[in-house]
Amino acid sequence: MAIGGTVISFRDVRKDFGAVQALAPVRLDVKPGEFVSIIGPSGCGKSTLLRLASGLEQPSGGSIVRTTDRVGYVFQEPTLMPWRTVRHNIELLAELDGMDRRTRANRSSEVLRLVGLDEFADHHPSALSGGMKMRASLARSLLLDPELFLFDEPFGALDQITRSRLNGELMALFSQRRFTSLFVTHSVEEAVFLSSRVLVMSPRPGRLMDGFDIPFAYPRQPTLRYEPTFASVAGAVAAALQGAA
Amino acid sequence: MNVVDEAIPRTLAGTQRGRWRGRLAAFVRLALPPFLVFLAGMAVWYAISYLVLDEDRRFLLPPPHAVIRDGFMVGETGTEILTGLLVSAQVAFIGLAIAFVLGFVIAVLMSQAKWIERSLYPWAVFLQTVPILALVPLLGFWFGFGLMSRVIVCVIISLFPIIINTLNGLISADRGLHDLLTLHNASRRTRLTKLQIPGALPDIFIGLRTSAGLSVIGAIVADFFFGRGDKGLGLLLVQYSRRLQSEELLATVIVACGFGVLVFTLFGVLGRRVVGTWSEAWGEQGRAGPDVAPAGLQDGLRTERVRGTGPQEGGMG
Repeated sequence: MAIGGTVISFRDVRKDFGAVQALAPVRLDVKPGEFVSIIGPSGCGKSTLLRLASGLEQPSGGSIVRTTDRVGYVFQEPTLMPWRTVRHNIELLAELDGMDRRTRANRSSEVLRLVGLDEFADHHPSALSGGMKMRASLARSLLLDPELFLFDEPFGALDQITRSRLNGELMALFSQRRFTSLFVTHSVEEAVFLSSRVLVMSPRPGRLMDGFDIPFAYPRQPTLRYEPTFASVAGAVAAALQGAA
Repeated sequence: MNVVDEAIPRTLAGTQRGRWRGRLAAFVRLALPPFLVFLAGMAVWYAISYLVLDEDRRFLLPPPHAVIRDGFMVGETGTEILTGLLVSAQVAFIGLAIAFVLGFVIAVLMSQAKWIERSLYPWAVFLQTVPILALVPLLGFWFGFGLMSRVIVCVIISLFPIIINTLNGLISADRGLHDLLTLHNASRRTRLTKLQIPGALPDIFIGLRTSAGLSVIGAIVADFFFGRGDKGLGLLLVQYSRRLQSEELLATVIVACGFGVLVFTLFGVLGRRVVGTWSEAWGEQGRAGPDVAPAGLQDGLRTERVRGTGPQEGGMG
């Protein structure tokens, strides 16, 4: 990772699906340790941006430069394998990368503790609640200690209480490990709480409209949400989002 | 991160005694209604034998006890029927085993490329529409009237549900999981062995169970078609009906039905054993503990559920 450089850089990246332009030229540099949220209306191309970042999609124009291959990807759905136990789910990616059994087992025990699922290591996902499944999904990527984390609305399908709690847990994790993050969400509150920078995206074809540097220092406490300064920042982002839509 | 304190769905484990009482109650609740229907059926049977039919026409429907007596207790008939059952069972299981291997391989091939699927799918459907009877003279001509021809009949009629259910399972693997495997450069083989095949297991077992039933039917019906060779249940049925041995005929029918039920149950239990711990179609939904209802009972329940909500059983996809 180039310290002081960028972890990932979008250079006038466009994406078309057939005749439909999904993404207008996007220019974006994400520096090491940054937590960048992208917020925008449904169907504006936020997820496409992440798929491009991961390499699952190729840009129709422009280029993407990524300085690390250690990329974690967390989807909106937990995407666990129902036939595997929680532990074996968490070891999946390491298994695919050919990590040896012993290292895998040690690492999975460690991340299971980290996300508070150690008691459920031998359960199947069907025995877990929605929030726990999401933790398992997060743990699966954490095991490989990614330098760039891509989050595609990971908490979008959860109820508000669970969502806030997981926000807090992700905050703790990020404050501790400082993996570079690109986080897609619909929620202004979530974006402002977690991010060092929030970008507002226009409706399709998606363009990055406004950027907000979020001034609060890490680690942030959940009570930050109730402070007037938080409200004013969130208000500004919400207004920009309104304008974009 | 914080320690988890979200509730997990879990049935309250009661005391041991309470649980047994609960099981008994559950068993009675579940078994009593069909048992009453069984009794009613018996009553109707007796009524027809003794009230509807005169004595000289009673051979059309002899009463149950006469069927049991002449079919299983007296003379060589019991042995004859049992031997017939073994012959038919052998045909059915060989046919099913071949159909399973063949169907599985075909489904895996079809899942690998759209063009293979497009090439083979119509023929799989075609197989389903073949009037077996029309093939019988040909099969007899080519393979004789013994085991081989019968097995082929079983394979033809039980192949389709295996192909279609397996294929359905293989191609319905989660998109996100596919993406994760792509991101980690998984080969086709890894994709198959780690994602598609394990994910398809519940569907594979549904196909297997349906096909097992069909294979049993095939084994019995093939006897009718070929009309000679080892005496399976089908040939016995023909023989008894020609000789107007209605007690023996009915006893054979009962054995054939029992065989069908047994095979269906067997694959139900097998499926639950293998995928019941995680599959929503095969396991108790939202179940966390291993024992909610007696195992044997659950099976009956599950059979219904799987039939109702699972992927197509034998029908076209």
